[in-house]
Amino acid sequence: MPGSFIYWLWTLETILEVAVIVCALAKHSFRRYLCLNLYMLLSLIVSIGRYQFLSHYGWYSSEYAYFYFCSDAVLTIFLYLALINLYLHVFDEMKVEKYVRLTAVMLLTGTALFSYGVVQQSSQRMLTGFFYELSQNLYFVGLVLTYVLWGAILKLRETRTQLIQVVLSLGIYFSAFAATFALRNIYPNFESLGYVVPVFACLLPLAWAYAFWRLPVDARMAPSRLAVVPR
Amino acid sequence: MATLIFLFSAAALLQFFISYCRSLIAASIKQPLSAEVRDVTGIASAASGDDFARVIQLLQLCPERPEDQSEIRAIGAYFRLLNFVRATLARIIPALVAWTEMERGQCAYFAAVALERRIAFSRDMLSQQLDA
Repeated sequence: MPGSFIYWLWTLETILEVAVIVCALAKHSFRRYLCLNLYMLLSLIVSIGRYQFLSHYGWYSSEYAYFYFCSDAVLTIFLYLALINLYLHVFDEMKVEKYVRLTAVMLLTGTALFSYGVVQQSSQRMLTGFFYELSQNLYFVGLVLTYVLWGAILKLRETRTQLIQVVLSLGIYFSAFAATFALRNIYPNFESLGYVVPVFACLLPLAWAYAFWRLPVDARMAPSRLAVVPR
Repeated sequence: MATLIFLFSAAALLQFFISYCRSLIAASIKQPLSAEVRDVTGIASAASGDDFARVIQLLQLCPERPEDQSEIRAIGAYFRLLNFVRATLARIIPALVAWTEMERGQCAYFAAVALERRIAFSRDMLSQQLDA
């Protein structure tokens, strides 16, 4: 059963998700970052759904487990699409929309097939196993894609502060989750990770709410100043 | 394989975190400090990393602004990371000493700008109370 700390983090995450949507609406950024906001909206609905399943069926029920893993995979796919949407923002002027979309679909299909192949060989619980494997692999693919996007931002001298902060916070989120999944594979009995994951889950909506609320749409910065290795 | 993924993810996490903190700091670097804040903090021209703790103590004396708490926490975490790098890696790679010192100074400057905003916020609150 989750402790009160986990419940507290869960509530905080839900409040922050609401805050992102409210901030985006208040600052007229909802349509500009439509995919990011739809992801937050879906994440909010999933949080409510998970609470309903938890209170009806209990923590150890298979119904809750199915809903949890299935919703997690759907959320990860949505976040992946939100990342692709950020690619479209950065490459807006290059008119490569079609190629970005095609590559994204191919990569997503490839990841799903790879996950299916891994689960088919090793697991008896096909469905939950597939959802878990897909989420795990998509987090890593998301991390690599965000890293490439950050490289493109530096190379193309993208200056929109809001976009830069949204991409960087997404990078933190993907890398934190990819690292957590990898640690879980190395140390399956490392129980403290159960507390780390919800903390990271709160950071993304916090950073996005901050970016939408505090940063003007036309704010600019020199991205070369942000690179760890000076350019 | 999992170890390799973990190492890559951890390195990327570190890089994204540093760049994110720098993006938070970049907005305040352009803002000049008032003479009053310079007097209070003791930052004459360029801020040094040693000023950070003192400026944070002064920040804690001012009424909190809800909107700047998360960024101050993030920069505090970044400052602790820089201290850690200075105490460990910088001993092996001397080039890191100058880099960490510059970054620590920028953290201190960021905190001084936050202090300036909090002082202005307190004055606004006081004037609103007096008007009421």
